[in-house]
Amino acid sequence: MSQPRSQGLRAETITLAHGAGGKAMRDLIDSVFVEGFESPELQKLEDQARLDLARFTTEGDRLALTTDSYVVDPLFFPGGDIGKLAITGTVNDLAMGGARPLYLTCGMVIEEGLPVETLRAVVASMKTTADAAGVAIVTGDTKVVHRGAADKLFINTAGVGVIPRGIDIRADRAQPGDKVVINGFIGDHGTAIVDARGEMSLENTIETDCQALNGLVGCMLDVCPDIHCLRDATRGGLATVLNEFAEASSTTITIDETAVPIRPEVRGMCELLGLDPLYLANEGKLVAIVPAGQADRLLATMQAHPAGSSSSIIGEVAEGPAGRVVLSTGFGGNRIVDMLVGEQLPRIC
Amino acid sequence: MKYVDEFRDPAKAKALVKEIAALREMITPHHQTPLQLMEFCGGHTHTIFRYGIEQLLPDWIELVHGPGCPVCVLPMGRVDDCVALAERPDVLFTTFGDAMRVPGSKKSLLQAKAEGADVRMVYSPLDALQLAKKHPDRQVIFFALGFETTMPSTALTVLQAEREGIENFSLFCNHITTVPTIKAILDSPDMRIDGFLAPGHVSMVVGEQPFRFVAEHYRRPIVITGFEPLDILQSIWMLLQQMADGRCEVENQYARVVPSRGNSPGLDAIAQVFELREFFEWRGLGSIDHSGVRMRPAYAPFDAEKKFAVPKLRITDPKSCQCGEVLKGSIRPWQCKVFGNACTPESAMGALMVSSEGACAAYYNFGDLQELLQRREKEAIPA
Repeated sequence: MSQPRSQGLRAETITLAHGAGGKAMRDLIDSVFVEGFESPELQKLEDQARLDLARFTTEGDRLALTTDSYVVDPLFFPGGDIGKLAITGTVNDLAMGGARPLYLTCGMVIEEGLPVETLRAVVASMKTTADAAGVAIVTGDTKVVHRGAADKLFINTAGVGVIPRGIDIRADRAQPGDKVVINGFIGDHGTAIVDARGEMSLENTIETDCQALNGLVGCMLDVCPDIHCLRDATRGGLATVLNEFAEASSTTITIDETAVPIRPEVRGMCELLGLDPLYLANEGKLVAIVPAGQADRLLATMQAHPAGSSSSIIGEVAEGPAGRVVLSTGFGGNRIVDMLVGEQLPRIC
Repeated sequence: MKYVDEFRDPAKAKALVKEIAALREMITPHHQTPLQLMEFCGGHTHTIFRYGIEQLLPDWIELVHGPGCPVCVLPMGRVDDCVALAERPDVLFTTFGDAMRVPGSKKSLLQAKAEGADVRMVYSPLDALQLAKKHPDRQVIFFALGFETTMPSTALTVLQAEREGIENFSLFCNHITTVPTIKAILDSPDMRIDGFLAPGHVSMVVGEQPFRFVAEHYRRPIVITGFEPLDILQSIWMLLQQMADGRCEVENQYARVVPSRGNSPGLDAIAQVFELREFFEWRGLGSIDHSGVRMRPAYAPFDAEKKFAVPKLRITDPKSCQCGEVLKGSIRPWQCKVFGNACTPESAMGALMVSSEGACAAYYNFGDLQELLQRREKEAIPA
């Protein structure tokens, strides 16, 4: 092998040397990434992962490929961290197409000065999360940039998975009569991040809902292979996903406000700041649109799974103007739930 | 959630709506139809749209959404001043979140921030004071805006800064006053408002007394109103009951929060720090006498307008913008010529499209846009 041999990593902080391609970089890769991820593919230290085709073809008839970059501040927050997020986010993007996620890549952009301990903690969290989700990190890349050129640590993960034969999940398949199902409380992640930034001095600590959803989706597809639409409600929240479904399938989606699970702490913060929980970010929530006849059975299956214990049927697809989402308020009125223009901003009073 | 859900009870709402509808016989013969009730405050507008209250009301009642969103009525020239202050290299500019997106003549604070200005969102003026202590080498300016609701907290922050001898903290004061503005609306010739829902948060500070002139001089009933949907419905019922009885009074529906005399320590702090301006410019309404406050000369060291050179250019509202007519209730938001095409939340032309509390933004976000635009087209064809 052409790379210099590793001497173990003695530095306490990441410097530009760790990205320069020499001994220091090799030490970092060996001691933090190869050791941390424990992946046989990584240990070979080749420039690419080499994956056996047979593994793919036996599991399905289509590949799913996705990539996402993670830039959260702070890096660690109640219930999660950027590493956990970088695994679950990409795993979930694969799972939302009905795919079984198999392999991930990991690219890191590190700002010089990041404590090595922090990096190790992030890598450990990625490893634990990947193991739990049943995926392997098979190749990676590291760059170190000048102070100020990045905010501590940015991670990109790409993922590949296999879609089993017969599964056809698409945003344009929502049909009048279908039911809308969600796997639990909305807005936890958005609230946890506001809380962790320490700007609000909230009394309650709310944990992020950051979790891999491929296990849950697997169980859902076992009882209802004909799921019409499936997406995770990340940035832009539940409201955005519903608008995407309504638009793609040219339907109206009606939601019952009282059926949408929201924790009192999250509602409280939203009341305080004038935010709408429907738009708050989630990192472990999926929205499914399913044929009405299978909704109850699917709901029971979801509720029996740890990632879906608070699942709820929150609305249905209706005939009506294309691309519209209507919320029937608990108060007896209706309102249209549109896409957000930009970020939600707290109101003055 | 306790103390919130009680005020959002659909069964009670239904009962109230029934009571409201039952008053029709006693009212409509003596008033225009539809009857026009104005909620002054942007917080009320938000509740009305969020809970779909207009759809619950009978069609002989029309809600007119007044100018009580302090973010919306900020004139473009003042936003330009903010941007000029924020772009100074020595300045750390702090603001409430929803003021970030208000367009100036060239850019908003959000755009200035993207271009490198140090603009930070805070939740309270005290957060801005904390930043001043943390960054003694920077000039920290707090963008003070809002009606009497937010004045006491700004005033008390200035007093604290003075007490603690913090010299790198100042206010860019854009506080506005409620009463002269209601008076300006009542004095305008195309005014058709039959009754007012008075702003609950403002009243919490100023009390009931300042609103008496509405009832006594202008003979319009007025009810101080809370912010939950049942508060709004009950206040509408109280207004109608006054009309049915032929009364014109200030009533307090929001007594659980609003003491009739207001908050005297808050009022004292306001009086100590602020004084009335001769006039203040409003987006959509033009200049209104005594409708704004500035800092008293004694607090000049904390007054960003005195401390720094501020351009103070007056920028007139775009001609096609009909915010003023919407604010006075002479047209509905969607009847404005530019609503939904030239003026949208993405690129707001007029004040009322700017903040989520603005009436036009509320119609745009929560209403049926296509239907509203079709209605406008139909009405434009002369009968």
